[in-house]
Amino acid sequence: MLKIDQLKASIEGKEILKGINLEVNAGEVHAIMGPNGSGKSTLSNIIAGRDEYDVTGGSILFNKEDLMELEPEERAHLGVFLSFQYPIEIPGVSVTNFIKTSINETRKAKGLDPMPAKEMLKMMREKMELLEMDRKFLNRSLNEGFSGGEKKRNEIFQMAMLEPKLAILDETDSGLDIDALRIVANGVNKLKSEDNAVIVITHYQRLLDHIIPDVVHVMLDGRIVKTGDKTLAYELEEKGYDWIKQELAETV
Amino acid sequence: MALKEDIIHSFMAFEAGLNGQANSPVHKIRSAAFDRFEALGFPTQKNEDWKYSSLLPITKRDFSFTPNKDVALEYPDVKKYLVHEIDSYRLVFLDGVFSSWLSKIPNSNFHIGCLCDGLEKNTKTIQKYFSKIAKDPKDSLVAMNTSFAVEGALVEIPDNVTVDKPIQLVYFSSKREKDFLVQPRNLIVVGKNAEVQLIERHQSLSPESTTFTNSVTEIYADQDARVSLYKIQNDIPTSSLVDTTVVEQESRSNVSIGTFSLGGQFTRNNLTFTFKGEYAEANLSGISLLNDRQHVDHHTIVDHAVPNCQSNELYKGIFDEKSHGVFNGAVIVQKDAQKTNAFQQNDNVLLTDTASIDSKPQLEIYADDVKCSHGCTIGQLDQDALFYLKSRGIADREAKAMLLYAFKHDVMETVKIEALYKRLNKIIAQKLNVDIDFEL
Repeated sequence: MLKIDQLKASIEGKEILKGINLEVNAGEVHAIMGPNGSGKSTLSNIIAGRDEYDVTGGSILFNKEDLMELEPEERAHLGVFLSFQYPIEIPGVSVTNFIKTSINETRKAKGLDPMPAKEMLKMMREKMELLEMDRKFLNRSLNEGFSGGEKKRNEIFQMAMLEPKLAILDETDSGLDIDALRIVANGVNKLKSEDNAVIVITHYQRLLDHIIPDVVHVMLDGRIVKTGDKTLAYELEEKGYDWIKQELAETV
Repeated sequence: MALKEDIIHSFMAFEAGLNGQANSPVHKIRSAAFDRFEALGFPTQKNEDWKYSSLLPITKRDFSFTPNKDVALEYPDVKKYLVHEIDSYRLVFLDGVFSSWLSKIPNSNFHIGCLCDGLEKNTKTIQKYFSKIAKDPKDSLVAMNTSFAVEGALVEIPDNVTVDKPIQLVYFSSKREKDFLVQPRNLIVVGKNAEVQLIERHQSLSPESTTFTNSVTEIYADQDARVSLYKIQNDIPTSSLVDTTVVEQESRSNVSIGTFSLGGQFTRNNLTFTFKGEYAEANLSGISLLNDRQHVDHHTIVDHAVPNCQSNELYKGIFDEKSHGVFNGAVIVQKDAQKTNAFQQNDNVLLTDTASIDSKPQLEIYADDVKCSHGCTIGQLDQDALFYLKSRGIADREAKAMLLYAFKHDVMETVKIEALYKRLNKIIAQKLNVDIDFEL
């Protein structure tokens, strides 16, 4: 589904990604872990199409389409979804209106008619129940005055509504208390299927207790330096990143 | 200046046609105003108040002053320019002349009609208020308007009357070959504890020729009166408007004016509020959404002449292509006006490198126990927010439109007539070239 080959990127002349290789197949959950500044968020932003980075080499293919050629909205239409680490507050645009526009724009791009209001409201109700969200939420301005947890829950709500093929959860666990974490993870698990894939970006292992990864990658200084199964996450939790750095130094 | 000469000749002809009326008290007012206009001439950019707005492209033109007598408009011709989704009263003017045919006047406990009737009879209201509120001796455009004042809206709401429906004041200029100058004059007097909502619109139906409207509106709000006036400025690109509104407020009155500048080539809005009684409140709000080479200049003065009054001012501007905006907002707090609350804010988004805004908030405070704030921002669209929307599948144009919609949202919230709110949103969506319904 997603194939990243030797991806290099920099911002303001500073190289952040130094040759990323990553392959994610339908039905898989991948976790990318790594310390601050290792390039995890940069990678997810580049996949989603943020243009403030200079991609200096490599490629990103999504179901064999070259993502680098596409606008962020076109990537979304193909089924790429990024759950933002810091969702943006947009006063004056209600959650409902935002989601309605988002869904109907995506449908328009696929040559479909707008979703009937009744159907959309029903879908919203179902997905809100799944994420144990209050209905009042819908009328509030997008992310405005939301707590950290509400913002993240709202991201997963959008994911539930848009039903993407590839969801990238960029530190969705930060700002969530244990209950919210469980609800959000539960939501993600229910949305999971053989046809879609999830990339979980996180510092901590705790989210991975709930969303069990098939593959765990460790990112350090712009590279994926180690790949393993879910036990790697436990090892990192226990020992930190230093031992990997050491291992790397030894192989060099 | 060709136009000034033409106006002088036109005034002489106008005066000659008055016969017996030429010595009337009303005409004495006109005549004195004409002398002022003749002495002052049109303002140039050397005048500080007109530094960023040039009338020159207008005043060098050759205008006709006479209404088109052959034109008859029917309701279906003008319906789309009215907020027709709701029941309302209306005063309609065609080429500056009152059209009883298109107007809708109630038989009720308040009076709306043509100013001409009041001027002719020189009623008590006229004696008391006409040209007594808009009296700036240095404003030549007001003087020019007063010189020719005959037609326009007269709205008189007696004490304790709440007008049950909005009143629309609509001014059409007909299709013609020659450029046309029209000068509506309105007087709105709202009695003690009375209430009225008004919607004002100037609309040219002549895309092939220039229409220049020089409108003056005087508003008197007596004690506890509540007045809302919404100005829909969405004229065609061949139109220019100078719109002067002068307001006097007595104790505890509340006057709100919303100005929605979406169309027209050149628009200058002069808004002057003076508090005459304590505990009064004035609300001034506006949205400018411009493209092409459109120009909109908001000039506001709020004069806190007495203590304990409150003024709120919020103007938002969105400027695309080569459009130009001006905001010049003065708040004056006189020496005795203690406990004044004055808030003023002007926020702008520039969508291109060629659009510009000159913003000049001014506070003059002579009292020492007041709460006043003013601020001004000029920025571009938030790129993070834009990426957020686009990453959810919303295309560039629609995403920008949503952000602009959000930007102006708090000004839209001041619109208390739902049908008007929807209408304005529709005009704005059209102007942003998107087919999205902002509401659900």
